[in-house]
Amino acid sequence: MYKISLRERVPSTTLATRNTFPYIMPDSQQESLFQQKVDAEQKIEPRDWMPDGYRKNLVRQISQHAHSEIVGMLPEGNWITRAPSLRRKTILLAKVQDEAGHGLYLYSAAETLGTGRDEMVDQLLSGAAKYSSIFNYPTLTWADIGAIGWLVDGAAIMNQVMLCRTSYGPYARAMVRICKEESFHQRQGYDILITLSKGTPEQKAMAQDALDRWWWPSLMMFGPSDKDSPHSAQSLKWKIKRQSNDELRQIFIDRTVSQAEFLGLKIPDPKLKWNEATQHYDWGEIDWTEFNEVIRGNGPCNAERMAARRKAHADGAWVREAALAYAGKKSKRNAA
Amino acid sequence: MSEQEALFRYTLRMGDNSLVLGHRNSEWCGHGPVLEEDIAQANIALDLIGQARNYLTYAGEVEAKFRPSALPTGQAGPLRTEDDLAYLRGEREYINVQLVELPKGDYARTIVRSFLFDAFHLPLQQALTTSKDERLKGIAEKAVKEVTYHLRHSSEWLVRFGDGTEESHRRAQEALDDLWRYTGELFTPDEAEEVLAKAGIAPKLADVKQEWSATVDRVLKEATLKRPADGWMASGGKKGIHTEHLGPMLAEMQTLQRSYPGVEW
Repeated sequence: MYKISLRERVPSTTLATRNTFPYIMPDSQQESLFQQKVDAEQKIEPRDWMPDGYRKNLVRQISQHAHSEIVGMLPEGNWITRAPSLRRKTILLAKVQDEAGHGLYLYSAAETLGTGRDEMVDQLLSGAAKYSSIFNYPTLTWADIGAIGWLVDGAAIMNQVMLCRTSYGPYARAMVRICKEESFHQRQGYDILITLSKGTPEQKAMAQDALDRWWWPSLMMFGPSDKDSPHSAQSLKWKIKRQSNDELRQIFIDRTVSQAEFLGLKIPDPKLKWNEATQHYDWGEIDWTEFNEVIRGNGPCNAERMAARRKAHADGAWVREAALAYAGKKSKRNAA
Repeated sequence: MSEQEALFRYTLRMGDNSLVLGHRNSEWCGHGPVLEEDIAQANIALDLIGQARNYLTYAGEVEAKFRPSALPTGQAGPLRTEDDLAYLRGEREYINVQLVELPKGDYARTIVRSFLFDAFHLPLQQALTTSKDERLKGIAEKAVKEVTYHLRHSSEWLVRFGDGTEESHRRAQEALDDLWRYTGELFTPDEAEEVLAKAGIAPKLADVKQEWSATVDRVLKEATLKRPADGWMASGGKKGIHTEHLGPMLAEMQTLQRSYPGVEW
């Protein structure tokens, strides 16, 4: 299970061979068959014909998701060595380890579409590929580890549960596995906050401070408002996404308010109010300037996160080379 | 030294060794050379910290029956929990061997350190599965499976490094030469280890050393690395005399427990 897998770079065309049908059937007809299949809730598999845009959109989304798992290890990893009890240390370490595992599943799912992991990693390190902006915020206190589990994983789960029904088979199946582990992650975060909220005044203040800092960035995780979301409409039509950003954000808010009340914490939104007519909470306005700045690279930790990933990759280069060299020698000896 | 006092010190040391090494390995999480190794190191750290929890819990229970005169006592009431022992002892009260507390260094150093420890840890745990102490026996039965994997992991990487590229060979040999002086302490028994060996509760370290030495020779040969000569050996960890590296590690680990005494987390 822990065997290293180091691949030579494979040209993308050889990884996912295109179905030979397009050469017989015009693309327009293929596309309409494809859409019928999607509409009929049949999963699209790696060897099926798919529009280039669908493939591109999926590679972008899945690799972005994989990168988010990997970069997401950093803010939480920041507290592994300082976790306040051996039980908490064990749980946190297991959680961050899960995230590395999720990264692996997702890179594998994206590879079925013809883009190799090395290429995706290069895109992350060069800054060409994005990852979830939430991980550009710092973890300043132990309560932040609770808030990440509760809010960040909570928001991620909303997306991921939806993605268990996504139209691309390997992605949907990776998500089913991931969702099982993510719900444990959310519970561990909430459990940290339950303990803090029952604790000393300092601990309660620590929990409130974490909610104050993480609430709005968590809402931003659902992405731009539907009217400003460039990829949304097509993704919904292809059933890559099944619910819009704004729908998911609203469900998240509706669920989270009572959880905050149970903790005795106050959500930092003066406009938050239950609306009898809509049966939803009304709420304030996301600071989209901040959202766009963090995406542009101007968040509190963007530079640190990328520096940490680049350093790990560069420091590990000789390790990967040694593994490849040894594997080469070994296979030569076996052949001899 | 009475058998109970020896048992306390012994379980405490086993816990400290696993905890400190587990902590050092956990520092790789998010920073490994390849994603699979982040997972492997986290996995090994989880095993070690799990073992530490078993040992420290047991140490606290043994201590509650008998309070040894050799250690500062009385901070935490009659029964010290795993967290009292992990978070509320200073570096002079930790009695792990120095090998495990050294900084993780580059990946060659991490692998060499793990290998030198794992090759000792496995025969030790195997011997403990026949201990006359039921608790130690039970902990060892679980630990043997874990440590078997740890040794396989570190051995395989050591061979990759030794027989990989010139650079990896050089790094591995340098780490080996540098860390060798910390291996003597593994096999120098203190009074507690001697008392328990006589009582059939723990193995004789001389026996463990034979197996360790055979494993080291076998793996180094495959790795095309040179076994360093036994020269001057560092020691002191077992008496609470450490390198300068343990203090900062504990300061980091214990920060919340020390900053907010007596609260639940």
